Order: sequence, then C-alpha cells, then structure tokens
Amino acid sequence: MNDFLLLSWLAGLGIAAVSGPLGCFVVWRRMAYFGDTMAHGALLGVALGLMLHVNLTLGVVVTSSVIALVLLLLQRRQAIASDTLLGILSHGTLSLGLVVLGFMNEVRVDLMGYLFGDILAVSWTDILGIGLGGTVVLVILARLWNALLLMTIHEDLARAEGVPVDRIHLIFMMLIALVIAMTMKIVGVLLVTSMLIIPAAAARNLARSPEAMAVIGAVIGMLAVSMGLVGSNYWDTPTGPSIVVAAMLMFALSVLVPQKKWQ
Amino acid sequence: MPDITDIPDVRPLLKATDIDFHLGGRKVLDRVSLQIHAGEIVTVIGPNGAGKTTLLKVLLGIHVTSAGQVWHRPGIRLGYVPQTIPIDPIMPLTVNRFMRLGKQRYSSYAIRETLDLTGVAHLQKAQVHRLSGGEFKRMVLARAMLGRPDLLVLDEPVQGVDFAGELDLYRLIGTLRDRFGWGVLLVSHDLHIVMSSTDRVVCLNHHVCCTGKPDHVSNHPEFIELFGEQVVQSLALYQHHHHHCSDHDGHGPKPPVAVRNKQS
Repeated sequence: MNDFLLLSWLAGLGIAAVSGPLGCFVVWRRMAYFGDTMAHGALLGVALGLMLHVNLTLGVVVTSSVIALVLLLLQRRQAIASDTLLGILSHGTLSLGLVVLGFMNEVRVDLMGYLFGDILAVSWTDILGIGLGGTVVLVILARLWNALLLMTIHEDLARAEGVPVDRIHLIFMMLIALVIAMTMKIVGVLLVTSMLIIPAAAARNLARSPEAMAVIGAVIGMLAVSMGLVGSNYWDTPTGPSIVVAAMLMFALSVLVPQKKWQ
Repeated sequence: MPDITDIPDVRPLLKATDIDFHLGGRKVLDRVSLQIHAGEIVTVIGPNGAGKTTLLKVLLGIHVTSAGQVWHRPGIRLGYVPQTIPIDPIMPLTVNRFMRLGKQRYSSYAIRETLDLTGVAHLQKAQVHRLSGGEFKRMVLARAMLGRPDLLVLDEPVQGVDFAGELDLYRLIGTLRDRFGWGVLLVSHDLHIVMSSTDRVVCLNHHVCCTGKPDHVSNHPEFIELFGEQVVQSLALYQHHHHHCSDHDGHGPKPPVAVRNKQS
C-alpha cells in the first residue's frame, strides 16, 4: 500500500469514528442544515486564518463557532424564519470566504482542495491532529451523552432535572465546529456535513438504541471511507466525493433492511 | 378520599407567592400564589392560553419569575410529566432506555417495578414511537415516579388518551397518591374528571380567579363566566349535585373553548 494512501485511510477512519456518534445528535436534533451553515462558514475561517497568519484549524473552529452563536441569537428573536436565516448565513459566509480569498493575490490557495477536500495531501501532523482532536471530542461527548440525550428528547424536562441546557448546547456546537475543522481536509467544506449525517442516518434502521446507532454510524462511516478510497484509487475519481457516494450507497442499502425485524 | 383539612399543619411541599411572569412583553402570570401539601391533589384549570403550562414551568424552575417567589421544601424530589414529548422516530429508543435517561442511575428491578405500577411493564423492550398515546403517558409517568418524588407535576396527563383511558389514568394517579402520600399538581382541560378526582382546584386566567374545593369553585361567578353556563350545568349533573343557579349570567353562555363536553 502506498504511504499516502495509508495516511489518508487513517485520517478517514479517525474522522468517521468521531462523526458517527456526533452526527447522530445532528440528525436527532434536526440540525443538518445548521451544520451545513457552520461548514460553509469554515471557508471564511480558512480565509481569515490565511489573512491573519493564524493556524487554519483555529480559524475554522472560531469562525464556525461564532456563526453558530450568531445563528442561535438570531433564531431566538424569531423575526425571520429559521431556514431563511440559515440560507442567508450559509451562502453569505461561503461567498464572503471566497471573496476574501480572491483578495489575497500573494498566496496560492488550492480552492478546490478546500471546497471538495484533498485527502491525499494528509500529513502525519494531520493524523496526529485528528487523533488528538477526535479523542477530545469523543471523551467530551461520552461525558455529556446522557444529558445531551435527555435535552434532545425534551429540553424543559432536562432543565427541570437540573441539566445545564444552555451550557451543554454551547459545548455541543463547539464539538461540531471542531469536527468540521478536522473533516474539511478530507471531504471539503461543501461535503463536510455529509460525513455527519449520512452514516448516522444509515445506522438508524440497524439500531435499537441511541448508543447502538452511534457505534453503527461510526462503523458505516469507516466502511464508506474505505470503499471511497479504494474506489477513487481504482477509477481515478475525486476522493472526497467518492467517500460521500459510498456513504450514500450504504444508506440506500440500510433502507432496504426490513423495519419490522429490527424494531 | 382523605379530607385534607384534617392533615396536621405541616410545611407545604411547594409555595409560590405573588409570582409574575412576562413573556414577549405580555404578562402571562399576574400575582399568582399557590401552595401544595403532601398527599394533596391540586388541579390547575383554565382556558387555553391562560398560563397554566407557564405556571408549572415557573414552579419547576424551568422559567425564572419576573417578580415574586417560588419556594421548594428543602430536599424535595420532583417528578415532572410534560404535556407532550415528541420523540422523532429517527431516534431508536426502547421503553427501558427511556427510563434510564438522565443523571440518576436505577436498577433494572426498580425500573420494572415502577413500570408495573403504571401498568406497562410488558412493554419494556418496545420502541417508544410504537406505543399508543395511553401507553406513552404511562411510561412518562413511570419515569417521573422512578425517583419516588415528593411532588408529582403533570401537565395535561390525559392529552391524547381516549375517554376510558383518561378515567383509568386519573384513578391511577389517585391510587398512587393514596399509596405513597405524594403531592400531585396537575394541569387539565377536562373539567368533568377534574371535579370528581381532585382535592383542590385553582382556576387560572393569568391571575388566580378562584381556588378551593371543586364544588366551591364550580359555583364561583368568575369560574362560571370563564367556562360558560352550559358547561357548569353539565358539570353539576356529573357531580350529582344540584347546581345553584347563579345570578351572575354575565354575557350569556360562552362556547366552552377549552373544554371538551363529554356529557351533553
């Protein structure tokens, strides 16, 4: 096996392991489009990071988190419907990112790499980052699991039972921002949320409990990464989209599983 | 049914004094005072949008009051049954797992025993979104009971349950109160059942219109105005009391907005 293939495979596995469980909450909380907006904002984060000469991952995490906060504040005012707000911020921040990148003539930016991922450019440092970041996300998620589950099912019930709902919500959003920053390199900002949503959704029909769905989601993500990498290597197709197509195929297969048997 | 006036003077489980609550510039609660003692079933009734659910949320500490105080007896354990729990079928969840949500850990034995009390122990392994309205309510009630609460707070406990199921549920709540001596605070639209199965009624329309024993409240002019003459009369029939004709005919019988008229 090629060295760069091994690296990208490891990176993909690490990301799938994290985005499976986290993606379940994105799906349960109906935050698919919310996550998408944060991901599009990530490109603005990259642009700002390049402009201010700060670490790009940091730029992405901070920018996505800020966008999430702005969204929450605007949603609370309820003057504009949620999906309209998401549309404005999603496309607005993506375009703003592209415009800012356009101003920077001195740096050669691999735009396609940011938009659709460049998994074959993964370095050992990236693997280390994914390993560390992924571990942090999983540990925090595991600690908050029960509280997050209860507030996903009924926020007021969680409040009545003393769950610090607002604080956990904030932490959850930062976890998503972190995963977006990690995943961006593999599938690109335009497809980042697919790694959160498709494996989780594919796991639904195979699971009888929230925990099983999280684990199965991670496994399906790993399979999708492996299939996508092999496929893209064999047919010489773009890697990020190939992984997403593989995930979609797994989802299609999961739908065929007879419901009665599992529920 | 025990006469609550015979209970020796003890501190209430929960006491609200002159609470105000504003939401979006509107005053939803206006100087509401209320207290609940152990072993007592208190029912909050009132039309739609009268602030009943909001009152419960303020009492439970989910909302913070704009003015006034909510006092809980120190160390009190609360069990809360919200009006609805819309669980999206995208989340796989068994009854067993639902019972284990939250911080507290409970043994399988405790879970089975409590589900048995509410009559749904046989559904332990079922997915929650396959349950009927009544079964779901019983599961949620069981979860609220798991911690053996001092005060059970139920928001519209019979919503989405058929008529026979409603009677059963109220009977169950009464039995549990008798057996464990819990205080019960509930919100209900259903005047008929409320009047026959509660110790004290609080009639709420942003402010407390009247409060007291069911037969006292149902003769109160403000209550009659709120719910309409017709409803009050059918209520009297249901209770097998003679309705004292009130001089207060107000603006004539209003359509009973928030009341399902079971007895015509």
